[in-house]
Amino acid sequence: MFTKHYYKKTVALATAALLGSAASADGELFFYNWVDYTPPELIQKFEDETGVKVTVDTYDSNETLLAKLKSGATGYDVVVPSQNFVTIMIAEDMLEKISVKEMSNYGNVDDRWKNPSWDPTQDYTAPWQMGSTSFSINMEGYEGEGNSLGEFFEPAESMRGKVQVFRTPDEVIPLALMYLGLEQCNENPSDMKQVQELLLKQKLFVKTYNSETMVANLTSGEVSMSSHWDGYSMKNRLDSKMESLKYVHPKEGIIGWFDSMVVPKDAPNKANAEKFINFMMDAVNGAELSNFNRYASPLKASAVGEHLDPTLGSAPEINIDPSVPVHFSETCSAKSTKLYDRVWTKLLQ
Amino acid sequence: MAFNLPENPNTRRWLGLMPAILTIFFFMVIPITILGVFSFKPADPYGGVESGFSLEAWIQLFFERDLDDSLIFEPVYLQIILRSIILGLLATAASLLMGFPVAWYIVQQPTRQRDLLLFLVTIPFWTNLLIRAYAWILILGKDGMIEKPLYGLGLIDESLELMYGNLAIGVGLIYSYIPLMILPIYASLEKLDTSLIEAARDLYANRWTVIRRIVIPLCLPGIVAGCILVFVLSLGDFISPSVLGGGKRMMLSNLIQFQFSSARNWPFGGALTMLLLLMVAIGSWFYMRVSAKDGAVEH
Repeated sequence: MFTKHYYKKTVALATAALLGSAASADGELFFYNWVDYTPPELIQKFEDETGVKVTVDTYDSNETLLAKLKSGATGYDVVVPSQNFVTIMIAEDMLEKISVKEMSNYGNVDDRWKNPSWDPTQDYTAPWQMGSTSFSINMEGYEGEGNSLGEFFEPAESMRGKVQVFRTPDEVIPLALMYLGLEQCNENPSDMKQVQELLLKQKLFVKTYNSETMVANLTSGEVSMSSHWDGYSMKNRLDSKMESLKYVHPKEGIIGWFDSMVVPKDAPNKANAEKFINFMMDAVNGAELSNFNRYASPLKASAVGEHLDPTLGSAPEINIDPSVPVHFSETCSAKSTKLYDRVWTKLLQ
Repeated sequence: MAFNLPENPNTRRWLGLMPAILTIFFFMVIPITILGVFSFKPADPYGGVESGFSLEAWIQLFFERDLDDSLIFEPVYLQIILRSIILGLLATAASLLMGFPVAWYIVQQPTRQRDLLLFLVTIPFWTNLLIRAYAWILILGKDGMIEKPLYGLGLIDESLELMYGNLAIGVGLIYSYIPLMILPIYASLEKLDTSLIEAARDLYANRWTVIRRIVIPLCLPGIVAGCILVFVLSLGDFISPSVLGGGKRMMLSNLIQFQFSSARNWPFGGALTMLLLLMVAIGSWFYMRVSAKDGAVEH
């Protein structure tokens, strides 16, 4: 029968692909990073300078990355988790120690991000990019101010049915807690009940829970308000020529994040991984990374300064009003993770 | 040095089957067994499982623990499972209604054209399922290939809102799996003895009676095979609900994925997977029974 044949073929092809990728020769680097977060020019430059062949693979959330590493997917040399997942990975003994501090470009790192709280002696991490999580509004024809989380969670008439929300509870629930003025990493069921009610009410006006095609949906007008990250929103505004796209710095506060390069345990090409990490802390390369991603650079302003695209300095997305509180997500306890899980399942049941 | 093939034809047959058996063993039996074992272990809060034995994952299918650890009946997961089954059945019914006439039409054509048509039916399989789903975004989306010409002709002045809803999920499921309905039905229609239809006509049966009393009973194995294939694949479909449906409502497969990622509850994910497999196994068993009966009639 046709189908049997088809499946056999698929299995054969998949087997061939697995065997092919397992046979990694010297001079390779397997880089696993978020979607749309790696400038191809920099990879090319690294390949030209070192002769190392780089393979880039992508994921859409910290959870996906953690699950993949937990399932024993070795073979990646460098991955880029956010600060709260770095804590988990260190605690679970999933990372190789790397000598970041001895690297020639370590001096370029801004002093604020040396020995960060999630890696106090900086044995495992090197900075990649930093930014914030909030939401963006297409202000064209919108009557609101664009300064409160209320506009996102309890949208006005004109925005109903045009809202897009990230598909991961980890990115959404902290903002909801902030809006409700409740404690982060909440372990209190009655507080989480309020979160659930808020999200269920918001759902009536949500078009899609989506973390992959969010930019395309904002650009085509399928949605007019969407969960977003600061730099990605700026990139969205510039690439899609949508000057009306406003990244909101809500007065209630904003979620900050810091992504780091780390080397998973038993990485096959650790030496190349360290070479790559040092390469990325170079002032010119670090500036190019920010120019591509539109996120703030964790390198010293004095180092990256002249190489940085001047539009970044004045961009409304990444320059946060000092009156807006910034909260860096922490790793929550198993108890609150369970509550978050319950809220999310009920939301999408 | 050349190998001497064993004399015994039975041993030879086993040797010949070995690659298939090993593939199934390593890529199906072992992973499923691991998941099954995981479902009986306590969850590691950061993903993975801890050692020991626990029925928590199976209890969670039906009950929720209250603050004082007492069990309360919780239908939320059953609802998601039920919805997946209903959606699967609807997709199957729609595929049957559309696929049967197509298969019938193909059988009526001269051999050369038949081959071409069958080839066309299989073409979508050449492209990855995810890419095909994204293609539907371009077709159904705002200002997409359906809306744009309608705007141009002045037939609509606001979006039809085709994307992100039940319609889009349905289109995705039917489009993805209808070839699996057409091909088995075609296979059994092809074997149909046309003289039986002529005989029925001679006995003054009208078209509807011919289809009902001759065609459908004789190609029942094909219909059942097609229905089971479409149902099983729709039940486990992950892409249509999340990419085309907007991810607003979880299906069984999304729920499983969620357990392995955000919820970090691998045992529960394992238990759900076992449940899905059980439903698929029941479907296959049903098919085998029907086709065994059919074989008995023929002999």
